[in-house]
Amino acid sequence: MIERILKEADLILEEIRKEKIEVDIDEILSKEKISYKELLALLLDDRDENLIKLGEWSKKITERYFGKVITLFTPLYLSNYCLSGCKYCGFSADNKIDRIKLSREEIIEEIKEIKKHNIDSILLLTGCDRINTPFEYILEAVEISKDYFSEVIVEVYPMEIEEYKILVKNGLTGVTQYQETYNEKLYEELHPYGPKKNFWYRLHTQERAIKGGVWEVTLGVLLGLNDPVEDVFKMILHAEYLQRKFSNIEVNISFPRLRTEGISFKERFHITDKKFLRFIFVSRVYLKNVGITISTRESPTLRDMLIGYGITKMSAGSRTTVGGYSREKTSSKQFKVEDSRGIEEIIEVIRKKGYRPEFTNWVRGGIV
Amino acid sequence: MSLYIGGKEIKNRLFVGTGKLPDYSIIERLYNEIQIEVFAVAVRRINPEAGKGVSILDFLPRNATIMVNTSGARNHKEAVKIALIGRELTDSDWVKIEISGELKYLLPDNEETIKASEILVKEGFKVFPYISPDLIVAKKLEDIGVSAVMPLGSPIGSNKGIDCEILLKAIINEISIPVIIDAGIGKPSHAAKAMEIGADAVLINTAIATSKDPFHMAKAFDLAVKAGRIAYEIGLPKEKEYAEASSPLENLIRSME
Repeated sequence: MIERILKEADLILEEIRKEKIEVDIDEILSKEKISYKELLALLLDDRDENLIKLGEWSKKITERYFGKVITLFTPLYLSNYCLSGCKYCGFSADNKIDRIKLSREEIIEEIKEIKKHNIDSILLLTGCDRINTPFEYILEAVEISKDYFSEVIVEVYPMEIEEYKILVKNGLTGVTQYQETYNEKLYEELHPYGPKKNFWYRLHTQERAIKGGVWEVTLGVLLGLNDPVEDVFKMILHAEYLQRKFSNIEVNISFPRLRTEGISFKERFHITDKKFLRFIFVSRVYLKNVGITISTRESPTLRDMLIGYGITKMSAGSRTTVGGYSREKTSSKQFKVEDSRGIEEIIEVIRKKGYRPEFTNWVRGGIV
Repeated sequence: MSLYIGGKEIKNRLFVGTGKLPDYSIIERLYNEIQIEVFAVAVRRINPEAGKGVSILDFLPRNATIMVNTSGARNHKEAVKIALIGRELTDSDWVKIEISGELKYLLPDNEETIKASEILVKEGFKVFPYISPDLIVAKKLEDIGVSAVMPLGSPIGSNKGIDCEILLKAIINEISIPVIIDAGIGKPSHAAKAMEIGADAVLINTAIATSKDPFHMAKAFDLAVKAGRIAYEIGLPKEKEYAEASSPLENLIRSME
């Protein structure tokens, strides 16, 4: 059970804070299986020469499992209505912003705009709001999308297995749900009210989605809220747990850095570029075949540099506003986008790096 | 000597996977300049509506043999559906059944693979099941009527080449349909070894696609596969633990009329 693994993680975190362990990078990298303690030591380490070795190792493993390929997807914000009061989010219910929800016709408009660029994988997003964006609304958006995209992934509120089953029957292929932080106490503080308040229900989302029939899941933390080592450590163990329990499901991880928009929330922990790279490399070295997504929150320089070094999926042409692709008047943003280059430009960068931009990652039309 | 397989005569025993290639435009060169004839293509990568120069279908030479694969399938039902979609999209009836039991070592689910093979053979496909090297499973598949079996050389990630040699040899020696060794082959010498022990062909993906120079690496594999095959057809001497001088008796007998 994941509960037991996270408890054990706490014990190891406590222990390792008392005594610093030396990292013998060559020895750890030569191992068939890296232990929890070694994993934590790799995350805590700060030597440049070790980071370089981790990067090179990460590149080799990524090539072995994923080849010279970067998969592209585009997020589509359906609505910014939200009943949760997450303290770090631009769409929080506490924020007095204009709320917009796309109609059926508008969803089709947006999709047509996105389709001009060969994109074949779509991530549909809403806030946590079953009143303004009820299950039927999500279902309709999935049904529309499946005629245009081979991969349809939702990042909405956590659902029941039976609901996922219905969505899968109607074209859903994957579910993304960020835990944001794996520290239960901090989680409760940051999510004072609303549907997102329940830590454990959210944590079990991926398992319910898999039982509902999706073939890929993504989990993630929002770096900057908590001690990043604790969050990344626990997220890696969560991903490993899912990989072991459901060994033929594709598991992806993501750890965007906090970039707030329109609110006064300040990051509590600053994550340097070097730390960020370390988290990507260590995740790859430990989890091997996990998919790693990098969002447009990161700078073009960093995103370009990381092609080949661990990441497997990139969002492209991302607008974080509702109606951002076709509407003239859009909502405010959920977060700040650093990489605002168009899809064509990103494709060109991937090619120049000697990689193949891949659009299609699932059987067209689905197999359910 | 050519290989007769799946209703076709195939001259080049090196089959190439396309999923990890940095650029699909290399496929045409592999076909024209190295005479690679068989290309494995994942159905999940085919988007028939993609614009020109994007879909892999645009890059496959017209006379090449396409082996569609069912990667992503988790059970026999999904594999069958993917195979049917693949045939529709490519017009090829060659299907590699790949049912992931597990993604880290990429070990196939042999049990589900047998079930899918049964159905797809009846549907008229030329079936190429990817399996863990298990002789009994290979025999069952032969009975069902598959075109070849594709056991893995070693788990992906191990890069150890023909690490399951004893199990592969058992399959090669005991069944009458072709054996194609798939996965785990990291360098040309591994491919040569596979051919030396009697494999009928090898399928290479990662080792070529992720090389710094995929075209020339394919060339190297091509030469290795050819070398291994020639050596196998001639017959290789048995390896000995120590040098053995001819005995006086042997010399005497050999000198007799």
